[in-house]
Amino acid sequence: MSALSKTSEDGSIIGLEHEPAGETRHERESYLRAGHTLRSWLLTTDHKRIALLYLVSVTFFFFIGGLAAAIMRVDLLTPEADLLTNEGYNRAFTLHGVIMVWFFLIPSIPNVFGNFLIPLMIGARDLAFPRLNLLSWYIYWLGGLFTLWVLVSGGVDTGWTFYTPLSSMFAQGNVVMAATAVFIVGFSSILTGLNFIVTIHTMRAPGMHWGRLPLFVWSHYATSVILVLATPVLTVTLALIAAERLFGLGIFDPALGGDPLLYQHLFWFYSHPAVYIMVLPGLAVVSELVAAAARKPVFGYWFVAYSSIAIAAIGFLVWAHHMFVSGMSMYAGAVFSFLSLVVAVPSGIKVYNWTATLWKGHISLDPPFLFAMGFIGLFVVGGLTGLILAMLAVDVHVHDTYFVVAHFHYIMVGGTVSAYFGALHFWWPKMTGRLYPVFWGRVTAVMIFVGFNLTFFPQFILGFLGMPRRYHVYDQQFQVLHVLSSTGATILGFAYLFPLIYLLYALRHGTPASANPWDVTGLEWTVPSPPPKHNFERIPLVTRKPYDYEVEKEEQS
Amino acid sequence: MSRAAASPPLVPPAKQEHDATLFGMGIFLASEFLLFGGLFTILVFYRIVHGHEVVEASKELHLWIGALNTVVLLTSSLAAALAAKSAKDGDQRLTQRLLLAAAALGAVFLVIKAGEYSLEYGDGMLPVPGGGGQLVEPLSRLFMNIYLVATGLHAVHLTIGIGLFVFTAFRIWHRSIRLPQDQLSIVVPTLYWHLVDIVWIFLYPALYLQR
Ligand code: HEM
Ligand SMILES: [Cu+2]
Repeated sequence: MSALSKTSEDGSIIGLEHEPAGETRHERESYLRAGHTLRSWLLTTDHKRIALLYLVSVTFFFFIGGLAAAIMRVDLLTPEADLLTNEGYNRAFTLHGVIMVWFFLIPSIPNVFGNFLIPLMIGARDLAFPRLNLLSWYIYWLGGLFTLWVLVSGGVDTGWTFYTPLSSMFAQGNVVMAATAVFIVGFSSILTGLNFIVTIHTMRAPGMHWGRLPLFVWSHYATSVILVLATPVLTVTLALIAAERLFGLGIFDPALGGDPLLYQHLFWFYSHPAVYIMVLPGLAVVSELVAAAARKPVFGYWFVAYSSIAIAAIGFLVWAHHMFVSGMSMYAGAVFSFLSLVVAVPSGIKVYNWTATLWKGHISLDPPFLFAMGFIGLFVVGGLTGLILAMLAVDVHVHDTYFVVAHFHYIMVGGTVSAYFGALHFWWPKMTGRLYPVFWGRVTAVMIFVGFNLTFFPQFILGFLGMPRRYHVYDQQFQVLHVLSSTGATILGFAYLFPLIYLLYALRHGTPASANPWDVTGLEWTVPSPPPKHNFERIPLVTRKPYDYEVEKEEQS
Repeated sequence: MSRAAASPPLVPPAKQEHDATLFGMGIFLASEFLLFGGLFTILVFYRIVHGHEVVEASKELHLWIGALNTVVLLTSSLAAALAAKSAKDGDQRLTQRLLLAAAALGAVFLVIKAGEYSLEYGDGMLPVPGGGGQLVEPLSRLFMNIYLVATGLHAVHLTIGIGLFVFTAFRIWHRSIRLPQDQLSIVVPTLYWHLVDIVWIFLYPALYLQR
């Protein structure tokens, strides 16, 4: 920014001597240029700017969490404890889990892309409660600061699950502080969920009835319902753990008549739905990407839309599949086993419908779509191994082994993180107004897919052979597979770093993007890239279904 | 898939904002219910698993103090409901007074509750440092733990509600709220108050009336 320039009241630029090279008209009029001061960013209520604030924040935490994983993978190269002490390893995987789950995965797609896109997709000028939206970002950072404090003050060693009585009676780390961090960030999630639900109900443009909503919006709706209803249960549970450590309130302490198992029930009542909080937004992104890749309407729109709702609803009824070996009754085990198989049905429906959508489509192999294909493959593996784990008899053998670790990483990292990168590559031109080098995008997509499989597929075998999770000293026979896994993790690590370079490069040197660079449908592609401050000059009137690709072609001919 | 509308949006923005606020409040309250829902689950769980001991422990609570507080809270809720109604009628003074009355009754509730805690503390029944001397039986200690957490969390909510009411009454006095135009600013805190009220309606039997 030139020193001579000043910003007038309405944010337009006066007396700008040197324009940044190649700035387009749309960029000058966009939300990115509406105010340049730090204040105009930190006090913004524009959903698009808040989305970018989140983008920077979750990227930061993603790399901190990734660093913890990298340290673990180096340590696991040999069967001995050579890099970390036992205590240090416990702290590394706890921090990794806490940061990745609550400070990266849960906020990632909803708070970055949901925030940016939901108003644009439904034809609104902002979310229903713009100030609440900003507040939720500040709450996120308050929780984040607590986490960083835990990090520098020595960490926690309970695992991200905070199981009692370990967490309440025996753990030495900073448990109260870590629980407080998660407690706080929960309020940020609740506010975001609330904002999305109200926005989707009340702010749709004329003609945008429920059957015309993009599937992205449907999935975010389901996610929001879970956020609002499950998070408070976690809030209370964590508060009880803190009370137990601080004041000796023994709700989970058997010596005082409490029951540690009750903790597991309450925790998973939140955390199983929470895994859907993490994956539904990924499904949201992929539904959009698949339709765009195939240039066809999504096959079975209503099935895909309602399957999100079904996942959200059934997801509340399966929590005890995490507790098959914790001594609950055989009948309860059988019921939860069955219900867990049921929840796979709506997920399966989505995969079938995506496949049918792609079938005979003119599939584009641009980066976002490669990520989407990668997602489908990895999500299927993650889902199928989930079915294996949901079988009571099998789970007794592989519970708490690397098989479980591989399973949830296939879903959360292979699935959601791929979808996150797909979204980043798909909507980056819309968010920033610049195109990035497609070649590097393709390279990254392929590297993530290969690196991921190399990292986590060996972990299935490890678990199957009996390697327990959360151990870093292991039997000689496992070393080959661990080395393979660490090799894959190295590839994966580099692949995650690449976009940071070429996307930031594109910010300055990329070719300006047109309003609709992928030539796809959707209201967000009808406004300039990057969008103006208030999104739509006129609120659009929606007259057609989403994804009406063939109809467009007929009109042209 | 769309074209720019020549006509203005079908829903006037003010109405949209009104609906959005009420709807948002509804969702917020649902979320609050689940916050207490975790505690109710715990209570029900222990009632089923250790029915006899829980009943015995419940007998130790001061039934009548709880009953008195129920009456106080319900009366304050009545005042809050009337405040919402008079806000719709545009009566600024009455609304202001009713809000303050509801807040005052809420404060009375807290005072009585504090008295009850100190009675329990004196009897060695309150599981706080230096207070739980009589709680030798693990399950009665556990019950009192849950009691303390649940009523404490409720008291925190009540305190927030009192703050909201006093602040709202101040804004009416300050003329930053004008009635009936800004009635939503009255309705939202009264909705919150009713949440506090309803949670107590469940807590009272779950804690005091299990005997
Ligand atoms: C968004 C990305 C990721 C998320 C959300 C995630 C999540 C998790 C979670 C929840 C755990 C369980 C922690 C525990 O059992 O206490 C975990 C463990 C682990 N993750 Fe990740 N992870 C991610 C990425 C990665 C990556 C990229 C790597 C490897 C480079 C990795 C390697 C590990 C390792 C080694 C463990 C410890 C397993 C054990 O000892 O039990 N994770 N991860
Ligand atoms: Cu689960």
